[in-house]
Amino acid sequence: MLAFIIRRIGQALLVLLAVGFVSFAMFKFMGDPLENLLGQEATLADRAELEERLGLNDPIPVQYMQYLARAMDGNFGVSYRVGLPVGEVILSRLPATLELAALSGFLAIFFGIIFGIYTAIRRDGFIAQTIMTTSLIGVSLPTFLIGVFLIWAFAVNLGWLPSFGRGQTASVFGVELAILTWSGFKSMILPAVTLGLYQMTLIMRLVRSEMLEVLRSDYIRFARARGLGDRAIHFGHALKNTLVPVITITGLQLGSIIAFAIITETVFQWPGVGLLFINAVNFVDIPVMSAYLLLVGAIFVTINLIVDLLYFVIDPRLQADRAGGGGH
Amino acid sequence: MSTLPVLSISDLIVEFPTRRGVLRPVDRVGFDIARGEILGVVGESGAGKSMCGSAIVGLIDRPGRITGGEIRLSGERIDTLSQEKMRRIRGKRIGMVFQDPLTSLNPLMRVGDQIVETIRTHLPVSEHEARRRAVAALEEVGIPAASTRIDSYPHQFSGGMRQRVVIALALAAEPELIIADEPTTALDVSVQAQIMALLKRLCRDRGTAVMLITHDMGVIAESTDRVAVLYAGRLAEIGPTRDVLSSPRHPYTIGLMASTPSPTGGADRLSQIPGAMPNLRAIPPGCAFNPRCTKAFGPCTSELPVLKPVGRNEVACWLFDDALTGNPNKAEENA
Amino acid sequence: MADTQPKGAAPRPVFSGAVSPKSRLQRWADSDIWYSFKRSPVTIVATTVFFMLIAGALLAPLLSPYTPFDPGSLNLMNGFTEPMAANAFTGDYFLLGTDDQGRDVLSTILFGLRISLFVGITAVLFAMTLGITLGLIAGYIGGWLDGLIMRIADIQLTFPSIMVAMLLYGIGKGLIPPALRDEMAIWVLIVSIGLSEWVQFARTVRGATLVEREKEYVQAAHLIGLSKWSIMLRHILPNVAGPILVIATISLALAIIAEATLSFLGVGAPKTQPSLGTLINVGRQFILSGEWWILLFPSLTLLALALSVNLLGDWLRDVLNPKLR
Repeated sequence: MLAFIIRRIGQALLVLLAVGFVSFAMFKFMGDPLENLLGQEATLADRAELEERLGLNDPIPVQYMQYLARAMDGNFGVSYRVGLPVGEVILSRLPATLELAALSGFLAIFFGIIFGIYTAIRRDGFIAQTIMTTSLIGVSLPTFLIGVFLIWAFAVNLGWLPSFGRGQTASVFGVELAILTWSGFKSMILPAVTLGLYQMTLIMRLVRSEMLEVLRSDYIRFARARGLGDRAIHFGHALKNTLVPVITITGLQLGSIIAFAIITETVFQWPGVGLLFINAVNFVDIPVMSAYLLLVGAIFVTINLIVDLLYFVIDPRLQADRAGGGGH
Repeated sequence: MSTLPVLSISDLIVEFPTRRGVLRPVDRVGFDIARGEILGVVGESGAGKSMCGSAIVGLIDRPGRITGGEIRLSGERIDTLSQEKMRRIRGKRIGMVFQDPLTSLNPLMRVGDQIVETIRTHLPVSEHEARRRAVAALEEVGIPAASTRIDSYPHQFSGGMRQRVVIALALAAEPELIIADEPTTALDVSVQAQIMALLKRLCRDRGTAVMLITHDMGVIAESTDRVAVLYAGRLAEIGPTRDVLSSPRHPYTIGLMASTPSPTGGADRLSQIPGAMPNLRAIPPGCAFNPRCTKAFGPCTSELPVLKPVGRNEVACWLFDDALTGNPNKAEENA
Repeated sequence: MADTQPKGAAPRPVFSGAVSPKSRLQRWADSDIWYSFKRSPVTIVATTVFFMLIAGALLAPLLSPYTPFDPGSLNLMNGFTEPMAANAFTGDYFLLGTDDQGRDVLSTILFGLRISLFVGITAVLFAMTLGITLGLIAGYIGGWLDGLIMRIADIQLTFPSIMVAMLLYGIGKGLIPPALRDEMAIWVLIVSIGLSEWVQFARTVRGATLVEREKEYVQAAHLIGLSKWSIMLRHILPNVAGPILVIATISLALAIIAEATLSFLGVGAPKTQPSLGTLINVGRQFILSGEWWILLFPSLTLLALALSVNLLGDWLRDVLNPKLR
């Protein structure tokens, strides 16, 4: 078991090193690394001094290590566009993205699982069929169209909710969060629904197909043959077995919420790291792009790791297998 | 105690509507099982054995359904019961054992919880009492250290032990009838005999009737009192096991016996029935066996034979129709 | 389906030549694919819509009532004309109205569709070529090359393809001199989306190759001295045509959505060559002022396109490869 965890962490670090290298390569080979670090307003003297200090003529692996070391300290250079240290800019934007992702992730998982179970159990029912048909449209709808449509319906036509921005924020332990204020919460609803809807449809379809698969299995047949009621079968037996594979994929979906936040944040002008990134792409702001890549890579790898370990906790079979033989 | 058979089915028909017409995996099948009796049901895969078992407990997969005949459990008609009433019969009055013990148990649930859950579904007992009974049930099926093993997960048992757990589950609520669908097929040969012996002993002790579905003639010979032979969803022959094995009448049964190595029989080479059982979509008119039958004649290809007593067996074959056939077959039978 | 596999179909005249065209038609009519197609009204509608959109895009110069990107033909007086009503000043009539510049919305949609489909299809073809090549190499040659390719695939799969596409777009933009950026934007877009979608192709082809490689006919082909590449192209590739077609269709839907998203975010097709995504981005600016048609019609077109391709993909997957999920 310990061996499995260590090996898994090792893999995660390896992926992170690879992502880090891409990030480093962008920083080093695109544009001017000195400019990346100092910003465009630096003087010639600054440049000469920094070139000396950074050892830009060192071998690439050494430079890569130095890049990683700087990244650990939060030093990603200076943004071309805003002229501030990238680390600071990202840090100030991060809470907005994280709270948005958390709320929409919660919505996606909660409703995704509920609808998934419902459509699996009442497979041929009218409501279930309607939900399934609608969900196919949901999967085909680009996220930005959902956002635009929601703005049109709830902000422009009904006037219930704000169409852009983050509203007011309240500070908790020095972190500014919008969800704690009424205006902030209202501003968050449309972006969170937009961001969560697509993930919800995916989770729902996944839960449904896994659950149908489980309901066809022998032990469910046997449970029926033992005279168990529908409730016991659906929720006592099928649900847990359904959720084991669902957790893996759902975990990965949560990672992609961070990525899709780029789109939602742009549509709603939500001041998070996604909006920062898209502006960076527009202005070819290399330091921000490479830092963002590293950040998202770290988040994804962490999520994958947690998901794998969680999977391991839930399924008793894995523990025995690992304890016994090691590999699968 | 009544003399009614525990299970009595007659003219049972199961149909599946498909896009290429209606299929009949079970076609006018009827038989009885008495208290304490073990009836073997044999046939090739697809002959309708398992479908018969599913029909009895009301668990046919959609879109299949029973379209004819009736099923009685100790005299009470059960094929027309509501879903909910049927559910209360399953597990309580009819227990089932499936083929593969590896997949019959929920892998994520302790075996004890699965037994306790079954007991409490059917009997008004406390959690504590149910657990005590679960331990007793596991002990009875021969699981060592049952009081600790009860908290194990299925994967922590061997195949044979798991099938013992499945049997304990099937018997947990003291049913009148057990339907065992190929209970030993997936097990190691060395374990098969033990499991059959266990099943036989427990059912004899309690007077439980057993419907034993199998394609293993060895199991039939050793364990059953009577045997029913199914072919393409129809009953070909039924009778006391000894008679069917020693003097089969239906050409299909004869072929089946000839293709099975017998422990007592000589070293004759095994023969094979030419051809294969027809697909359910293309069952020939008349007797379903006629294209493969060496003795087929006039009515076989046009009219459906019905069961007729021949000796101690009952056989669905035109060869035994006095009005139609000459003496050769009769003479053979009397000899 | 034949046009996606020109190479696979060509070198087999010996076998197919024996079959007369009539019986081939007959076989097609009897096949499960045709049966399932006839039985699925949704698929029939989706196919019809998809081919109508393709036709609209191909014939855009002929079908468009106006030339929206010829500045000389534009009349600012025509700006914000409502759909199906004559303009109050000029009396000109526009079926779907005009935008702020007086451009005919129907015409911009037809030309936008052209860009969207061009980018989507080219990107998928690129991803397919790349994925098949790498998949064949990984599966047939194996060794460290296999390890390297599949490791890259694994890492890329960790990230959603749309994010990969955005990042690649950013990198591509950075590598191109500013003066050429607008001109090259479409190609950068195609390469970024293509590079973000190759993994599924490579994985499928590699898996199938590993299976096929061991089969006797491949061993036999090897023994009679056919080269590795010719074995891979002529013998292994046709066997994975079904799954590849399914993945290509699903990827096309993804590529179209990715293109629209990037263009909507302003990091895709330039304003001078607007795709559907660009048009929707333009239309969004008039959401508050009430000119709903500038937003609605391009959105509906994009939705119809994405939905019809998705439905086709779903159906193909069910028919050709039920196990692929």
